[in-house]
Amino acid sequence: MSIDKATVANIARLARIHVAEDRRAALAGELSNILGWVEQLGEVDTDDVAPMTSVVEMRLPERDDVITDGGCRDDVLANAPETEAGFYVVPKVVE
Amino acid sequence: MSDALTGLTLGGARDRLEAGEISSLELTEAHIAAMEAARPLNAIITETPDHALAMAKASDARRARGRVGAMEGLPIAIKDLYCTAGVRTTAASNILGNFIPSYESTVTAKLWDAGAVMLGKTNMDEFAMGSSSMFSFVGPAISPWRRHGDDRDLVPGGSSGGSAAIVAARAALAATGTDTGGSIRQPAAFTGIVGMKPTYGRCSRWGIIAFASSLDQAGPLTRCVTDAAIMLGVMAGHDPKDSTSVDAPVPDYEAALHDGVKGLRVGIPAEYRVDNMPGEIDALWRRGIAWMAARGAEIVDISLPHTKYALPTYYIVAPAEASSNLARYDGVKYGLRSRHDKLIDMYEQTRADGFGAEVQRRILIGAYVLSAGYYDAYYLKAQKIRTLIADDFRAAFDKVDVVLTPTAPSDAFAVGDKADDPIAMYLNDVFTVPASLAGLPAISLPAGLSGGGLPLGLHLIGKPFDEATLLCAAYALEQAAGFEALPGSVTP
Repeated sequence: MSIDKATVANIARLARIHVAEDRRAALAGELSNILGWVEQLGEVDTDDVAPMTSVVEMRLPERDDVITDGGCRDDVLANAPETEAGFYVVPKVVE
Repeated sequence: MSDALTGLTLGGARDRLEAGEISSLELTEAHIAAMEAARPLNAIITETPDHALAMAKASDARRARGRVGAMEGLPIAIKDLYCTAGVRTTAASNILGNFIPSYESTVTAKLWDAGAVMLGKTNMDEFAMGSSSMFSFVGPAISPWRRHGDDRDLVPGGSSGGSAAIVAARAALAATGTDTGGSIRQPAAFTGIVGMKPTYGRCSRWGIIAFASSLDQAGPLTRCVTDAAIMLGVMAGHDPKDSTSVDAPVPDYEAALHDGVKGLRVGIPAEYRVDNMPGEIDALWRRGIAWMAARGAEIVDISLPHTKYALPTYYIVAPAEASSNLARYDGVKYGLRSRHDKLIDMYEQTRADGFGAEVQRRILIGAYVLSAGYYDAYYLKAQKIRTLIADDFRAAFDKVDVVLTPTAPSDAFAVGDKADDPIAMYLNDVFTVPASLAGLPAISLPAGLSGGGLPLGLHLIGKPFDEATLLCAAYALEQAAGFEALPGSVTP
């Protein structure tokens, strides 16, 4: 599978990473190389194989649906780039 | 005196502390001095000497009161992927350059509860993505080893390269690492130390910055197998805060070390004899087989037919999980924010400025293989092949108790090599990735030197949650190998 510049722009948008116009061709080449290399997986017959969903054989644990943590707003906000009155601050979203 | 202190093993230092011959403060001061002397290796991102001295004094006071943990007073380094309360934790990324966690990872909390002392936070590949520790926002970590007749800086391997370098340089008794596809074992092999990845689920991942959650495991980097047993015993154990952490008893790993390998069935997988494997790697592997046979182990030829598909499978699964895990770095909740007056533009610029080239590449690959129209062809296909790889091991472990392979396909390379060729870099993990995909415990131990005088590792893979047998086999191999070489900068 070969990736072109438009595809790079599209996945960069999906991944929310700004990729400058003049970087897209080079990145398309790098990503195409990697995807070309993983193409070999096509050789393997997986028709009747279940996809792995859990690495170890275990039952997912359950617990009572009660609050076990919290009440630490200032800790949560401590590393935020911008806060105001106990909230995160982001650029204006709604005009 | 101080050379003698930094030359100790964890077990040796523990015994001398116990005998009252030395204090944790003396031991810690010697290691702080060694860590400062090792600064040219760029192995530490954040040194925490004040923290270390306070912990050492507290440890000596506890000991005086008769309270002695399993790692009481022993100074170690922590990979900068483990959140440490109040101590900057960066994942070697610009995007977390000023991140100071308000909480402690479960594994480091267990280490401090056992009395260990923190010297600092070690350098690594950004977000643990790499096999060289070159891709760090503070620049590459460097191995204390040099190739004969060549004074170029060598990589300590990666991603836990800073941890490996600082332990190999005798500036920390041991260090924590994390292993997603080989990130503990390959650096251990490159630097002549022991590195162990336990079974997936054995150690809690809580508070460890996530890369690929179905693969990430914490583990120790130490100078000998006994130390790995001591440290794993402290790091392991159930944690309700990690739903994939397994609620199973943690055996006394140290006690089982000397059981011997008589009658142990050691599998030799035909598929690991890869094309163009260097002769010295093949020779090392054959020596390892002979050592095990000489100690009474039964050597069994086995087949792991899907081995060659492990690496490409990994490079779908790991980036897919990474692209999802790293979505949280959005310039809002923590970390870097690049200024922009539109929200989406702010996200995109923050992530462009904050992530390095390899991390961006993997996020983009991950976003692509998970995107509409490609999910079945890539991600689902890879998860199916992962099932086949795990089935291969399951079938093999009907016939054998452990599997023996080389750790890495070469000795350490120079800083800067392979930096522009992602696939050549990925091939470093050809022998370590299959066990990661299957969630199995595995250990690398130093077993010889290459023609260039650099360490080479042998790799043992065990059954799920049977770290005790794995460590026992590794101990036997370690005794046979008798590896005693030291990097040039270290005086014996």
